[in-house]
Amino acid sequence: MSNLSQLDRLEAEAIYIMREVAAECEKPVMLYSIGKDSSVMLRLAQKAFYPEKPPFPLMHIDTTWKFHEMIEFRDKMAKETGMEMIVYTNEEGVKKGINPFDHGSIYTDVMKTQALKQALDKYGFTAAFGGGRRDEEKSRAKERIFSFRNSEHAWEPKNQRPEMWKLYNAQIIKGESIRVFPLSNWTERDIWQYIERENIPIVPLYFAKERPVVYRDGNIIMVDDDRMKLREGEKVQMKKVRFRTLGCYPLTGGIESDAETLPEIIEETLSAVSSERTSRVIDYEGAASMERRKREGYF
Amino acid sequence: MKSLLKFITCGSVDDGKSTLIGHMLYDAKLIFADQKKALEMDSKIGSNDGEPDYSLLLDGLMAEREQGITIDVAYRYFTTEKRSFIVADTPGHEEYTRNMAVGASFAELAILLTDASKGVLIQTRRHLRICALMGIKHFVFVINKMDIVNYDKRVYDKIKADIMELMKDIDSESIYVIPVSATKGDNITEKSEKTPWYDGVPLLAYLEDIETEKENTDRDFVMPIQRVCRPDYKFRGFQGQIEEGVIKPGDTIKSLPSGETAVVKEVYVCDKKVEEAVSGQPVTLVIDREMDISRGCVLVNNDDKAIVANLFRSEVLWMDDTELQTGKSYYLKLGTKKILASVTRVCHSIDINSGKRKTCETLKKNEIGVCEIMTADKIVMSSFTKINSLGCFILIDSETNMTSACGVVKRELKREDNVVWQNMDITRQIREKELGQEAKTIWFTGLSGAGKSTLANALEKRLLMLGKHTMILDGDNVRHGLNSNLGFGEDDRAENIRRIAEAARLLNDAGIIVMVSCIAPYERDRKNAADILGEAFNEVYVSTPKEECARRDVKGLYAKAESNEILNFTGVNSPYEAPRHADLVIDTTGKEINDCVDELMKLFI
Repeated sequence: MSNLSQLDRLEAEAIYIMREVAAECEKPVMLYSIGKDSSVMLRLAQKAFYPEKPPFPLMHIDTTWKFHEMIEFRDKMAKETGMEMIVYTNEEGVKKGINPFDHGSIYTDVMKTQALKQALDKYGFTAAFGGGRRDEEKSRAKERIFSFRNSEHAWEPKNQRPEMWKLYNAQIIKGESIRVFPLSNWTERDIWQYIERENIPIVPLYFAKERPVVYRDGNIIMVDDDRMKLREGEKVQMKKVRFRTLGCYPLTGGIESDAETLPEIIEETLSAVSSERTSRVIDYEGAASMERRKREGYF
Repeated sequence: MKSLLKFITCGSVDDGKSTLIGHMLYDAKLIFADQKKALEMDSKIGSNDGEPDYSLLLDGLMAEREQGITIDVAYRYFTTEKRSFIVADTPGHEEYTRNMAVGASFAELAILLTDASKGVLIQTRRHLRICALMGIKHFVFVINKMDIVNYDKRVYDKIKADIMELMKDIDSESIYVIPVSATKGDNITEKSEKTPWYDGVPLLAYLEDIETEKENTDRDFVMPIQRVCRPDYKFRGFQGQIEEGVIKPGDTIKSLPSGETAVVKEVYVCDKKVEEAVSGQPVTLVIDREMDISRGCVLVNNDDKAIVANLFRSEVLWMDDTELQTGKSYYLKLGTKKILASVTRVCHSIDINSGKRKTCETLKKNEIGVCEIMTADKIVMSSFTKINSLGCFILIDSETNMTSACGVVKRELKREDNVVWQNMDITRQIREKELGQEAKTIWFTGLSGAGKSTLANALEKRLLMLGKHTMILDGDNVRHGLNSNLGFGEDDRAENIRRIAEAARLLNDAGIIVMVSCIAPYERDRKNAADILGEAFNEVYVSTPKEECARRDVKGLYAKAESNEILNFTGVNSPYEAPRHADLVIDTTGKEINDCVDELMKLFI
């Protein structure tokens, strides 16, 4: 390895992984969550296969509760890249009226975990790229780059295949699938610095702006549409906020911030006093909740 | 731009690896406040004496929390003012050795922990050997729990001396030994006042400054092909990561294994056309002609170091619960090539503690051994020490898809090595049982006229009377047939002995007792014969002095040699190296033949 910078080395690693998957896996797909990590992953895919288009489709699991700005951004990116964008929603869940306000963790299971399993089964994908990073959360810190799921889409953390050097073993038995995390070794800081260096478009929600919010259980929740049911005593107020992660708006906490530009966001990230996942409401359910959900098939 | 250091921590169970890294992150204020709060909360459950349990920062999996050990590699990321780090915290428990190897294959530097109250343990040796096998060249030894031994310099000195002794067998570029207390925080981010006798730097400062990356852009170009990029009929590019060297438009490259050459027309790094690309970069190369190149081929500018072969010797770490099976089909992945392969032979295993070889027929989980591997077709490889990326491989079980083993290429096996052993159903043991005897070779060495053939003949007659099955290979007689094309120079004498030994082995395999009578003047040739014949070899030195031999001169050769009619005559104008460790020494001067045979019978039959 010569004098490549840290970002160059991370970029090279991710591209190497993507090319390996394209060469060895039968039917790959890239899970596109519209967030900043997905944006970086998409750009890396474009670079990895240039001048060819990435040889796999993008897929978004739409819970129907994403920020509307995210959906606009998704459709715009699909158009710009010319890649196929599969959008999948668990229609049964919609019919039953499963929503984040009334159903808590059942909502996440039905609209995210189950929806993802259904989509992967429907299209028969054998490998799915995800934007997960090891610095996000403790159980993720121990997951391999090529992470195997049995036919029930469950992860077996005690029985992970050894991953040696960069010799990735992509062999699977029919019915099994692989989750591949090309950004495993990136940190939040790397993601932001790369977005800045490469001028990668991201959803405007990452930048601070006056937005209608309520304060609920220690989180700042944005009122993105009229499905947001206000609790007694809650008042919608305009606050200058931004989001460090994006997901379903009722489950995503914002932070009060003045960071309107990338350099300001990076500055704020470098001096951050809390790790980014704390703004995901769902993670508070218990120290080991993420691992449990992953074992069950959550991405 | 900051540089990146990838390192691992390893050591025995309870040496305090997770605590060490946890404490380093905590002290260097490299953890987020909420993680810190969570740590303090978590620690209240099952903590040690109210002090935060720093290991909880790293031990992420539920199963680990329950068992209190680290079962899998945890990756941590932190950045200081000077450098960015990725640390793989690896499990110490023997059962999870393979997970430790995963961390080692990823790292440039290893931190090995030793408990000051226990010294260098078996696990430390095993981890060291695995780190070395995976290619790590930089080692930091942390002697932890110095607080328990009252920061005693003598304890540090003793363990350091043991470590230096251990490192004599390990190929390394740097070694550093630091006295530390992971729970108390001595010599982690700041130099401790409790170890005034320690004149080195604290751990973090050392990690920030050490240089591990070698400039390799001046090396020869090597790039394994990952895929062929063909967006339309006009464009055809070869994609891969440059492993070594530099490439520019106009460079001539060679594709292996075919050996075809071409000139590079365009070089892309990612989506940008460039004038030069260097090692580590992901590139797309366009060449000036049609060439049959696909995934698994390797592009080079000089094929000196690469080997194209289908049989090689390797050092392997077995990682699967199912033990190695010779002859079974595995997928071998080396570089970007995946191909069916089988282990043709397990040469020996290597004892982790002593480094000694042990003969064996299989390898079990966590064992290291030397194996011969044959691939279904010729592939491009290199010894691990010459080109890293073409010298390491994994074996994948073709039924379960488990990554069963990882290994490094030692060397290619050629010609005679390339002949595979055919296993016989009827073995030497079965034949011996059938013949009612133990097959062996009794090798008589000594000067011409010493009485070798006479003794061999007399012994054979005695054995025949006992119903034994025998054969004599006489040095003179063999030169009329099998070895008729050989002369008396050193090389030819060596070949003469080798062929006699091989012939004796075949006869031994048939269950026959063989007597060889042959001067075999050189120690090294007899040593070679002993290696070929193994345990069946017995050496008899017929030590009759030269004067007596010359007096007998049965064949009239001494007279001819003295008058220089014969050159290279052993004992006269060619040397005889007397055996130093013969099983029996017989001087036949003035002895009865029958007494000599009695002596031989007593010892060998």
